[in-house]
Amino acid sequence: MLWLLFFLMTAIHAELCQPGAANAFKVRLSIRTALGNKAYAWDTSEEYLFKAMVAFSMRKVPNREATEISHVLLCNVTQRVSFWFVVTDPSKNHTLPAVEVQTAIRMNKNRINGAFFLNDQTLEFLKIPSTLAPPMDPSVPIWIIIFGVIFCIVIVAITLLILSGIWQRRRKNKEPSEVDDAEDKCENMNTIENGIPCDPLDMKGGHINDAFMTEDERLTPL
Amino acid sequence: MEKTRPLWSNPLQFVFACISYAVGLGNVWRFPYLCQMYGGGSFLVPYIIMLIVEGMPLLYLELAVGQRMRQGSIGAWRTISPYLSGVGIASVVVSFFLSMYYNVINAWAFWYLFHSFQDPLPWSVCPLNGNHTGYDEECEKASSTQYFWYRKTLNISPSLQENGGVQWEPALCLLLAWLVVYLCILRGTESTGKVVYFTASLPYCVLIIYLIRGLTLHGATNGLMYMFTPKMEQLANPKAWVNAATQIFFSLGLGFGSLIAFASYNEPSNNCQKHAIIVSLINSFTSIFASIVTFSIYGFKATFNYENCLKKVSLLLTNTFDLEDGFLTASNLEQVKGYLASAYPSKYSEVFPHIKNCSLESELDTAVQGTGLAFIVYTEAIKNMEVSQLWSVLYFFMLLMLGIGSMLGNTAAILTPLTDSKIISSHLPKEAISGLVCLVNCAIGMVFTMEAGNYWFDIFNDYAATLSLLLIVLVETIAVCYVYGLRRFESDLKAMTGRAVSWYWKVMWAGVSPLLIVSLFVFYLSDYILTGTLKYQAWDASQGQLVTKDYPAYALAVIGLLVASSTMCIPLVALGTFVLHHLKRGDAAPVA
Repeated sequence: MLWLLFFLMTAIHAELCQPGAANAFKVRLSIRTALGNKAYAWDTSEEYLFKAMVAFSMRKVPNREATEISHVLLCNVTQRVSFWFVVTDPSKNHTLPAVEVQTAIRMNKNRINGAFFLNDQTLEFLKIPSTLAPPMDPSVPIWIIIFGVIFCIVIVAITLLILSGIWQRRRKNKEPSEVDDAEDKCENMNTIENGIPCDPLDMKGGHINDAFMTEDERLTPL
Repeated sequence: MEKTRPLWSNPLQFVFACISYAVGLGNVWRFPYLCQMYGGGSFLVPYIIMLIVEGMPLLYLELAVGQRMRQGSIGAWRTISPYLSGVGIASVVVSFFLSMYYNVINAWAFWYLFHSFQDPLPWSVCPLNGNHTGYDEECEKASSTQYFWYRKTLNISPSLQENGGVQWEPALCLLLAWLVVYLCILRGTESTGKVVYFTASLPYCVLIIYLIRGLTLHGATNGLMYMFTPKMEQLANPKAWVNAATQIFFSLGLGFGSLIAFASYNEPSNNCQKHAIIVSLINSFTSIFASIVTFSIYGFKATFNYENCLKKVSLLLTNTFDLEDGFLTASNLEQVKGYLASAYPSKYSEVFPHIKNCSLESELDTAVQGTGLAFIVYTEAIKNMEVSQLWSVLYFFMLLMLGIGSMLGNTAAILTPLTDSKIISSHLPKEAISGLVCLVNCAIGMVFTMEAGNYWFDIFNDYAATLSLLLIVLVETIAVCYVYGLRRFESDLKAMTGRAVSWYWKVMWAGVSPLLIVSLFVFYLSDYILTGTLKYQAWDASQGQLVTKDYPAYALAVIGLLVASSTMCIPLVALGTFVLHHLKRGDAAPVA
């Protein structure tokens, strides 16, 4: 009689938790990818912790505060490490609806990740999409601040340059004889022939300067 | 009594100005692409030959003309022959078009620079979708860097016809870019001369830092070996030679009038031959230097993507067959795949279509040029480096310096003829003329900040300057050699600088360079005619990639207008001068 019951229980268990069963979820862990050398081995104690975390998450759902660790069933553990799990109700005859389990896991994903030192990429619940953390959005975008700073600097510099140019011009107008313009390289007023000051050319040791041409040759005759 | 012409404070400022102008974005984003396409190390052979045969002579010619005539492009060519002042006007028109669209690149560089001060970098992660369960769809299909470029920066529309409105963020950046340019050219050579010290030297500092960083990146040697291994058979490809010639030509910035403008502020005794050789050598050296940096970055990016691809395939196989985590590595992947294919054939054939064939060569083979290289490929590499904010800031700062340096030359080409003209400079001070030019350019440049702006940018980039410049430089060379007279020009130079002109330059100016330019011109024309209808690349948000589309009729009209407005200046002005003189002679005849 007892053997029969035992077989019945394991049979029911086996039926409830099967790959692809209703309300069953596949979980995939990539411990070595996440932790490298510090990776721990996946054994029955870790499975116990996992069941505890799932039970904990279910307890947070209203009406399911009585969920026990024994209600969480694991099966098909592979080398990967991956396995399937279901959560049964207290009678252990039916599994809880997938939507409830999904909501519970989503709400507590961070706690579950933390218990195993993993993150959303390395501890995956297939079919339960995780809520991604929204990016930090400052009230004023940073780029506008920097833009504003540089913009103001440039405007101030332009204003200063224009004003100093006006002052210089006013000073020059008051003293017409003094050629104090920073752009003017020649000291004396030179005679100009077609924009070429003759003095620098004459400094070439007193040759006759072909550059100082007569008007006829300057332009190509029409 | 006239005011003497402003001069550079010392010859170094002139050299720096020329370097700053010539070394621009093309050295960074066009030359590495050409090097990769046309045989890696063996591309250097046509490149250096073209430099010696075409680049140096033409550069020397322009500098000599500017230094001799001591006027901007319009005045200089009018002095050579009144019939040819159209050449000067064409140069100014082309420079005007160039400065309109070129500063948009600086605006984009500013945008990326300001966004580099965030952690994490905004182009390294995809934004989340509506209900926070996954990433934005467009970003998933493309990559996060492409998404940031096409959606966040450009907010590009699916085609040229859909204009969209002016985007305020790039418009603000464009405004800032023009203000910075105005600040630099405000006082003429006095301010430009100081600014070029920075815009010429800072990019080299950043390039050196990047070279050290790039060479120490994991996988950099893959890129360098792949790219620089010479493929000698490409030497027989005429396209390699044509592209080498075009690259030298456009990289030096000939024909815009900027070099004439810069040289006109020189002392007449300046040794412009030495400077021409120095500038062209530095320009080419910078191209090669920048391509070493670019190839090491390529290698890093390709290796990173290749290893990621392998990881994805391993993960897929591990999950499908429930293998032990960490069992599959890059070395045993092939073996295990074979074993799995034989042990579980049905399951393997199910998963087989999803297994990508990871290949380092195909990652290295993705050749990109232009804005795609600068804003997508480089940012993708940068986001994977440590302390990526620092590298990002350095990189975009360098792009800004290169861009602003070239803008200084462009605006000088427009402003020098304007300030030389007596009519305009007597009514308005120099600051006001510069301000007006910047304002007009900025206003028109707002077109490029619209949603379809990048497509118009591509139109300007591809067609505004190419054909016109070839024609302009051809007419320049012929004008100096045959209209003005090569002997006369030679004796001018000898008197001005005190040095004789070597036979090499004379042969190049009179014969080889014009022939080269004519052949380039013929090649371009035949290329355009053979291609048939012109097409462009449009971004398809639903697929997350570029698709090819045809230009609509009005876009083709704009292209034609762009090319015509600059090239037609030359014959039209010549005709106009001819008519005017005939009229004058007709009036004068009865008096004489």
